[in-house]
Amino acid sequence: MLHSLPKVRTGITGLDEITLGGIPRGRPTLICGGPGCGKTLVSIEFIVKGATEFNEPGVFITFEEKAEDLIANVASLGFDLQKLQKNKKLKVDYVRIQRKEIEETGEYDLDGLFIRLGHAIDSIKAKRVVLDTIENLFSGLSNEGILRAELRRLFMWLKEKGVTAVITGEQGEGKLTRHGLEEYVSDCVILLDHRVVNQISTRRLRIVKYRGSLHGTDEYPFLIDEEGITVLPVTSLKLDRSVSLERISTGIASLDEMFSGRGFYRGSSVLISGMAGTGKTSIAACLIQEACTQKERCLFFAFEEPPAQIIRNMKSISLDLETPVKKGLLEFHSARPALYGLELHLSTIYKVVRQFKPTMVVLDPISNLISVGLINEVNSMLLRLIDFLQGQGITVIMTSLTDVLEERVNEGVSSLVDTWISIKEIEANGERNKFLYVRKSRGIKHSNQVRELIISDTGLELAEIYLGPSGILVGSARKERKLQKLTGKELKNQELREDIARRRQEDGIPHKARQRRGK
Amino acid sequence: MKDQLRNNAHGRKPSNIFSLYVTGASPNSSRAITNLKNIFERYLGSQYELNIIDVYQQPQLVSKIDIVALPLLVRKMPLPERRLIGDMSDRDKVVRSLELSKVLHERD
Repeated sequence: MLHSLPKVRTGITGLDEITLGGIPRGRPTLICGGPGCGKTLVSIEFIVKGATEFNEPGVFITFEEKAEDLIANVASLGFDLQKLQKNKKLKVDYVRIQRKEIEETGEYDLDGLFIRLGHAIDSIKAKRVVLDTIENLFSGLSNEGILRAELRRLFMWLKEKGVTAVITGEQGEGKLTRHGLEEYVSDCVILLDHRVVNQISTRRLRIVKYRGSLHGTDEYPFLIDEEGITVLPVTSLKLDRSVSLERISTGIASLDEMFSGRGFYRGSSVLISGMAGTGKTSIAACLIQEACTQKERCLFFAFEEPPAQIIRNMKSISLDLETPVKKGLLEFHSARPALYGLELHLSTIYKVVRQFKPTMVVLDPISNLISVGLINEVNSMLLRLIDFLQGQGITVIMTSLTDVLEERVNEGVSSLVDTWISIKEIEANGERNKFLYVRKSRGIKHSNQVRELIISDTGLELAEIYLGPSGILVGSARKERKLQKLTGKELKNQELREDIARRRQEDGIPHKARQRRGK
Repeated sequence: MKDQLRNNAHGRKPSNIFSLYVTGASPNSSRAITNLKNIFERYLGSQYELNIIDVYQQPQLVSKIDIVALPLLVRKMPLPERRLIGDMSDRDKVVRSLELSKVLHERD
């Protein structure tokens, strides 16, 4: 029987998914990247998670910052190194090397480091070791020949000790690390990167190599925030989630009607696209209000307006979003897209969704995100987001402004969404009227008709379009036609009444006398 | 193994105090001890104190003294403290770093 490579879970959200279970057990892993890319934080989280979640004590040897500085720096991520040290789950050792203080007089070795490391490992029975960053040895000691031989010996020795080691290295010109550490650490190499595109910074992680194991090969964005590191893999590209047969109402009877009278599937994704001011947000608000009446939990991510403004505006069309907010059924999260990069948006949404556990999520509008990323990046973010939400059976409602993105994002997203409602505004007879139609709705028999969307003080309504002799009639023309129809009927009735009265008179029975007699 | 060489004919505390950290009887360690003794005899005569410490016996010292490379020679006196690593085979460098020729000059 084949044995797969034993792995150690890092405990870093997302990283264990990409590596299909973690980094190789009992072997060194190299984490490299430029300055400020997060090497130290990734490695410290590896140690802290090991100590707190997997009962694997760890030794952190720092060649860069003093132990006190390190402890203070990572406190902002919620890591209490002091407590872990006290409980013998962690040992931080600062190795100071300064070339000008040391004279080299012949052959030497790094036994001092070995003894130090061995002592630290034995004192807390450590299973994990981090050397951050061992390359500093090269700036402290000049005999490269000795250093290289000793590093080779060190990694062999670490393997013999059976500890899972993470070694960090600064990225060099055209090489993974400045001093070629990758020559010694050949089992697993992870490259971190921090780049700024269009003034938005994104951190990325890539598994450069992982001997003896499958792994994700893409660049994955990752984030550092108050809860540590989150790597964002595409969650479920396998498309194997379960689906619901339950249908949910849109809250607009006439819209439900277009979906064979019962609305759309729970857990499906719905895109509402339209030009500016066509009522996309209003439809989304309608859906939310309806869901909240059914005691469902909803999240509203607003990228355009502050929550108070949405609540006020919706009130004007008789949609009450305030009550569900007060009841705790609805939560607004409002942020300008440019406030942070796409990845941070994504992870914020992930986090809020995990905490709030909604059954419906509104993203209003997704087209605004284009201002913070390239189209393919926005698409891939939406892909991950829709996957994540639908994977948990959450109904996703997205609005999108069409004139910006009609053919680009919408097309990318349209393959992901189950239902696509499109709203168009047409100018005719000196007025602008809104038309709504269902472009697609997977698995639901939906109307092929174009309806007129009417937003009034009493809410949203879809009206059937009248067909007149000169084509379709909307807006005032439709009203006129309706009135005409009504008045026509009334006129006809009147005519009939008059006709009856005349005939009775002709019969010789006076109208009034007959009435009296009748009483 | 804590070997203390106190070549002090007059019984007063010498002004040259060194600590040499070694790892057991490894080749580098033995060479360092031999080389150092030769140099010190030549330049300091009996006016020095050399403490030889085996860090295998006292691993806790390694962090305390911040040792990475071995053998390590630390000059405690006279101040400022000086650190030399290696088997002390680069005789000129040892002499220069510890400013021993000056001492020899003064003794003559």
